[in-house]
Amino acid sequence: MINLKKTGDTVFFSTTPRIFSSFSVVGKKEGRGPLGSIFDYISQDSLFSQNTWEKAEMEMSKKAVQGVLDKTNLMPEDIDFLLGGDLLNQIVVANFVARHFQRPYLGLFGACATLGESLFLGSTLLDGDFGDQVIAFVSSHYQTAERQYRTPIEYGDQYPPWKQWTVTGSAAFLLQKEGGSVGITQATVGTVLDWGIIDTNDLGGAMVPAAAQTILTNLEDTGRSPGDYDLILTGDLGIRGRDLLRKLLKKEGLGELDNLNDCGARIFAPDQKAGSGGSGCATSAVVLSSYYLPRLEKGDLNRILLVVTGALLNPTTSLQGETIPGIAHALVLERMVD
Amino acid sequence: MEVYLWAFLIGGLICGLGQLFLEYTPYLPGHLLVLLVVSGAVLSALGIYEKLIELAGAGVTVPVSNFGNILAQGVIFEVKRDGMIGLFRGIMEIAGGGLTATIVIGFLISLIFRTKE
Repeated sequence: MINLKKTGDTVFFSTTPRIFSSFSVVGKKEGRGPLGSIFDYISQDSLFSQNTWEKAEMEMSKKAVQGVLDKTNLMPEDIDFLLGGDLLNQIVVANFVARHFQRPYLGLFGACATLGESLFLGSTLLDGDFGDQVIAFVSSHYQTAERQYRTPIEYGDQYPPWKQWTVTGSAAFLLQKEGGSVGITQATVGTVLDWGIIDTNDLGGAMVPAAAQTILTNLEDTGRSPGDYDLILTGDLGIRGRDLLRKLLKKEGLGELDNLNDCGARIFAPDQKAGSGGSGCATSAVVLSSYYLPRLEKGDLNRILLVVTGALLNPTTSLQGETIPGIAHALVLERMVD
Repeated sequence: MEVYLWAFLIGGLICGLGQLFLEYTPYLPGHLLVLLVVSGAVLSALGIYEKLIELAGAGVTVPVSNFGNILAQGVIFEVKRDGMIGLFRGIMEIAGGGLTATIVIGFLISLIFRTKE
């Protein structure tokens, strides 16, 4: 009988893969937000000098991957695997970025939880000794995502106050077996949960049950209490979703969670007309890359539970009257003192 | 002068109800669009829409319910003239002009402008 590195739904990495470096790219609106200046590259042109929004997103995502290579003085040949995803049909952005870099590539889709998938699978590859260096990257773009989930922007639907604003951005993370001060120690893979939300303008609400379940599973599998984490950080529930999650977890007996926050709730200021906050793959990726990883490295935080959330619908399923399933993957990020 | 007042009241009522539908039901703008067009067609067939236009003018011709009205009126016109074949022939009878204008103008605008953040 092999001794599995897994308890419940949580994987315990034995070698602690590291997030060695990362690079974030955002658009103008994100650059003007409260976290504004900290991103590695802020574009004043959401078209990234391209002539279509899809090409713009590819250029942006390519910039993020190239950025992390440049930052660490690596060549594409040094990378064992590329793991990437985005929100477009057939995940074309990630596919075309991989076409550029010419390295072994796996395209991933987990909607806005794609970052969780890529970091988890990257860590698993490293922990299994299948490579030394893996790049995980994701992207989303306001102009391309809207038509993937609801209607094209040109259609001119009203913007209700609880709706979230898709973040224009991309981030790439270099995972290594060794070096770097942030380690991925455990990961809880989420199950798909659906509590019957049908409003496609309320994806934050649709993902709350999945986030709650993944957090509870993680606490049970690791034997920790919420206070053992300096921060429980969800991906893109938005302000309204974060407050709902706090209520739901209180009902589950976890008490008032002052250490719970959400990347989507942090990326835009209230006067930026972004509704309930940011959403999209890039939300958790750019905020983690530029705000929380540096705080872990500095020692402001020692252990984070990152809970990346995704809404698993497409416009056809919502037109056919289906409800919106959600998923959440959790990763335990710890400051490593070697 | 009175028609302005009625246009304001009835047009406002249609839009107000539509807004409440969007705010207080989980349904989406697409659902509202279909509901208004179908309601317009039904009211038109019952002869009520015509009376509303006499009373409130642009208050009922500007909302999208009027699209349902002109679809129904086109069909009624052609059916009276040619019999049941008019069911198919009449749909675009009156609506055709408006639809063609929408498509052509939409195309021209898309050549000039791009969506913004």
